[in-house]
Amino acid sequence: MVSQTFTVIHPQGFHARPSKLFVEKANTFPCKVTLFKGEKKANGKSSLGLLTLGIAAGDEIRLEADGEQEEQALQELGQMLTKIYEE
Amino acid sequence: MSQLLTGVPASPGIAIAKAYRLEAEESIPQQRKVDDPAAEKQRLRSAVDAAKADIDRIRETTLERLGPQKAEIFEAHLFLLDDPDLIDTTLDQIESEGVNAEYALHEVASSIIEALQSMDNEMLRERAADVKDITGRVISKLEGREHSALSELSAETILIAKDLTPSDTAQLNLEFVRGFVTEIGSRTSHSAIMARSLELAAVVGTGADASGIRTGDMIILDATAGQVIVNPSDEQLREYSVRKAEYEEYKTRMRSYVDRPSVTADGVQVELASNIGGIDDLEKVLANGADGIGLFRTEFLYMGRSSFPSEEEQYSVYKHVLEKMNGKRVVIRTLDIGGDKELPYLQLPKEMNPFLGQRAIRLCLDKEDLFRTQLRALLRASMHGKLAIMFPMIAVLGELREAKRILAEERAKLEQEGTKVSDTLEVGIMIEIPAAAIAADVLAKEVDFFSIGTNDLIQYTMAADRMNESVAYLYQPHHPSILRLVQLVIQAANRHGKWAGMCGEMAGDSAAIPLLLGLGLYEFSMSASSVLPARELISRLSREEWAGLAEQAIGMSTQQEVLDFVNQQLRSEA
Repeated sequence: MVSQTFTVIHPQGFHARPSKLFVEKANTFPCKVTLFKGEKKANGKSSLGLLTLGIAAGDEIRLEADGEQEEQALQELGQMLTKIYEE
Repeated sequence: MSQLLTGVPASPGIAIAKAYRLEAEESIPQQRKVDDPAAEKQRLRSAVDAAKADIDRIRETTLERLGPQKAEIFEAHLFLLDDPDLIDTTLDQIESEGVNAEYALHEVASSIIEALQSMDNEMLRERAADVKDITGRVISKLEGREHSALSELSAETILIAKDLTPSDTAQLNLEFVRGFVTEIGSRTSHSAIMARSLELAAVVGTGADASGIRTGDMIILDATAGQVIVNPSDEQLREYSVRKAEYEEYKTRMRSYVDRPSVTADGVQVELASNIGGIDDLEKVLANGADGIGLFRTEFLYMGRSSFPSEEEQYSVYKHVLEKMNGKRVVIRTLDIGGDKELPYLQLPKEMNPFLGQRAIRLCLDKEDLFRTQLRALLRASMHGKLAIMFPMIAVLGELREAKRILAEERAKLEQEGTKVSDTLEVGIMIEIPAAAIAADVLAKEVDFFSIGTNDLIQYTMAADRMNESVAYLYQPHHPSILRLVQLVIQAANRHGKWAGMCGEMAGDSAAIPLLLGLGLYEFSMSASSVLPARELISRLSREEWAGLAEQAIGMSTQQEVLDFVNQQLRSEA
């Protein structure tokens, strides 16, 4: 299992579009993907899970990948947390 | 008796038509025990597939009517119907509790909806409507009902509803629907966003007041003011028919200015730019055809968080804005914190007089690390467009020199590291302190541009807090004293071959624009919605003529005299 903390910068936070792209990417990896914001956690392969975390710009999110291709998942999904999306 | 309701003006326009009330079907499914969970799960899967087929049809129609961006919401809906937290959890519940699919789905969806609605973020609360929309559709399929029949409307109507789902809005028959009113919702609701792109008049968030409107009631919908008149008098109907025609004529005329250059009647080119306070404002700037961004306030990057934004974070935001503006000038103001804007994590001591205290450049020169991080991010971003860096609250030359020295150091460091920095990057200052305005000829030699920040310049010149109502009468942008200061600044810039701009509210004021133009202002930066009216106004003005008129105005004694003079001139020209 690997994990790392990222700061979200997309000004509108993680809503419909970014979370959809994130989940699509997460689904390309066989490993389990989990996001933690403070006490709350969510399945990284569920956009509803991501939405209910209520990720806003500036939030620190711990990303955890567990299983096959976890290193690559952590790196690529981490990048998705720290970029700006076209809305 | 007519009745007046008010709400949020979500999409401008004026409509007059009969009401059609859309009743929400909100039945809560009954719980039933099922003998064969496997069959029940299959029933859910088939209903989900049928709902997906519906949504896909709506998506295709929306794609044709409104383009890919608006159709995206339905892609998101399709995507939600695959979501494990919704579907897999429901399937598990059917299995483990042996209950019917409608009930299980409703239970699972309700808890997700509740979680989303409890968020302190409006955009997320809006997503609850998406979940409600799609699960409602699946439940309709399970119960063998039709979801909604909005497309069947056949006379001119104004739609009245508690709320409109995105799929409701996308299916509106535009041949007949003239506008809508909803009890809940905000400017950022999906239905509001859709209404704006359909150019459909809409007032949202009227509260329960609108629940009294019945199908067949006559409605005047004035979405420019956020007003709904139910069963208006004949006189009101006449009045609003005229207003509606005028509004539509005005809109058509303004729209014709989107792609035109900002040129005066005597052929002088000026720049009509926009102020932005974040990335969200960009869409409006582009839609209104602004010539650039005259003030990008960077405070939003620092506020509402617990630590300073990193260089990387800032770099991506600046780069994004520069790229979006596609070669048009973007003036980015360095951090203007202090005064009334506080940062909890900066822990500044309380000041007796924050507006006269350590704010903006004064703070940045003291907290150099903070300043250097922002400058590095700006310098790196300069390669992605036409960047101008602006220092706020410069009072004396020494501050400008110090800021420029730090900027030059960071530039040299970056270049040593092999990072490219643009050669055409401009550096300027905001003129908002009277001392700087008076010494503008000295400062002009060491900058590329000035931007006059009238909001602060007026309050410092008049020694009157704008927010203090008992002295608010001193906030007089057209007062000859202010005009004289503005003239000093513009003349100083022009004499040294630099450009002068203005980024306060005054720059978008139709009674100030002619004077500013006459005084030789080059760049006017205003809210995006003022750009087209300003462009239309400028196209009717002669700079040469207004140079003379502005000179006259400067010699007057009171603001009222100036205003009367300007308005009279504008009327006689019209």
